[in-house]
Amino acid sequence: MTAITLTGLRKSYGDKVVLDGIDLRIAEGTIFALLGPNGAGKTTTVQILSTLINADGGDAAILGHDVTREPDAVRDLIGVTGQFSAVDNLLTGQENLNLMADLHHLDKAARRRRTAELLQHFDLTQEAGKPVSTYSGGMRRRLDLAMTLVGRPRVIFLDEPTTGLDPRSRRGMWDVIRDLAADGVTIFLTTQYLEEADQLADHVAVLDHGRLVAQGTPDELKRLVPGGHVRLQFADPDEFQFASQVLDAPVRDGEALTIQLPNDGSVRSLRALLDQLDHASVDAVSLSMHLPDLDDVFLALTGHPNRERTTTP
Amino acid sequence: MTTLPLAVRDSNTMLRRNLLRMRRYPSLTFMVIGMPVIFLLLFVYVFGGTLGNGLGGASGGRAAYANYVVPGILLMAIAGTAQGTAITVAMDMTEGIIARFRTMAIFRPSVLTGHVVGAVIQTMLGLAVVVGIALLVGFRPNANLVEWVAAAGVLAMTALALTSLSVALGLVAKTVESASNLPMPLVLLPFLGSGFVPTDSMPTAVRWFAEYQPFTPIMETLRGLLLGTGIGANAIGAAAWCAAITVLSFWWAKSRYNRNTAR
Repeated sequence: MTAITLTGLRKSYGDKVVLDGIDLRIAEGTIFALLGPNGAGKTTTVQILSTLINADGGDAAILGHDVTREPDAVRDLIGVTGQFSAVDNLLTGQENLNLMADLHHLDKAARRRRTAELLQHFDLTQEAGKPVSTYSGGMRRRLDLAMTLVGRPRVIFLDEPTTGLDPRSRRGMWDVIRDLAADGVTIFLTTQYLEEADQLADHVAVLDHGRLVAQGTPDELKRLVPGGHVRLQFADPDEFQFASQVLDAPVRDGEALTIQLPNDGSVRSLRALLDQLDHASVDAVSLSMHLPDLDDVFLALTGHPNRERTTTP
Repeated sequence: MTTLPLAVRDSNTMLRRNLLRMRRYPSLTFMVIGMPVIFLLLFVYVFGGTLGNGLGGASGGRAAYANYVVPGILLMAIAGTAQGTAITVAMDMTEGIIARFRTMAIFRPSVLTGHVVGAVIQTMLGLAVVVGIALLVGFRPNANLVEWVAAAGVLAMTALALTSLSVALGLVAKTVESASNLPMPLVLLPFLGSGFVPTDSMPTAVRWFAEYQPFTPIMETLRGLLLGTGIGANAIGAAAWCAAITVLSFWWAKSRYNRNTAR
């Protein structure tokens, strides 16, 4: 069954077109990643699907319920963890979860059971009695997600769930997301990181300036992207000229005195390259590795670099 | 989802959230009680002797003025708490948890009723403190139990009206700073009414405003209940003003809350 359906979804703020006709079908029980830079329209898409704002045109439905015409039916099915933590900072972790349990109309016993279970699962039992204002970023994110899960939603929206987290907290969040999907929950996540989409998602769509420029499995997507490369820096123009010819470099920058060679970043291929340099007596000042990242995806798919991106994973 | 029991249950949950937040963050409560107390002391001990003589009563002086000024101070306390409520609501709206509430299948206005009822409770507690201090500095009401209860009712009704208005103002405000400024005129209204001096001592234009603005009938009704002065049509005026402000404000707040979704 289709969990999320978008047909020709459009949204503008004034003259600025944020979503310019988005079509998507997401199967139930899968993880879907919407990949794009800041300002691509990711958050707007989540806001429309989670009934926070109305689209200007097109249709969106969650498990067969239209988000505009039956918002309460949709709200009954979904859970949302936004980009900015949706926790009450003045309350404790336990109180935040109690609040959610009460709003889902659980009775006292069910409330105690469910909140204890979630605190345990998200490793927050120790800190349950402390105000959320004292929590670290990772703990806050975990509590945020725990609150989303109190009502056992069947579709979960995660808007940049790991932005700003340290690598360890990010891995922890990935594990949680995988567990949820294993339980049959449909996950719609947005991310700026190709690696995150690659690690988690069954399907990925790339959003750029309000349009989907590609969609498919992570592997299909990566095939669209040129592989990584190695950049070599030279000290003087003669050496640069010589190396360019000997190595037959496809990308050369005569002003910066650098050349780029395709390379997948494996130890084997690097060693082969170094041997080749030795063999030809090419003397490079420095060498740097570049793996394919979102910038490469963007360059490949849109023909323009992703300038709005300011953070790196 | 809009059946009455669910509406009551969700509103109750939101009320508990707000009471808990007030307990965690009590400084705002103290601040809003502090201001009317300072004004009470100022007006009784600094201006009271002179102003009391101008009241034209038999006794005059500080003792008479203490009795005269208390209803005005009580309204000032309500207005002050309303200002605090506008700030609280504006701050709350900037928190991500409000967006979460909007994506949940709950009784939608419960976020607002939670704020309104919570603030009314906060106001009534604050008023109890102010009345206690007023009694210490020479306030001598002659009300019986029924009149006290009625006075408390008038105060609660006024608190409900001003709190609803300040919740709406808190939603309208684009920043927390402007939320603290918007309800400022409410704090000044007791001065431009019969709160601190009788209206017939004012020049015509000011007097016209003072007699027809909502705070004057409320203060006159309180004065009548607590001190036995004439009430007349003021009680009806007070009730009408409060009902109108409450209904319009809540409707305004509700439509603002439902509209301002992507903030």
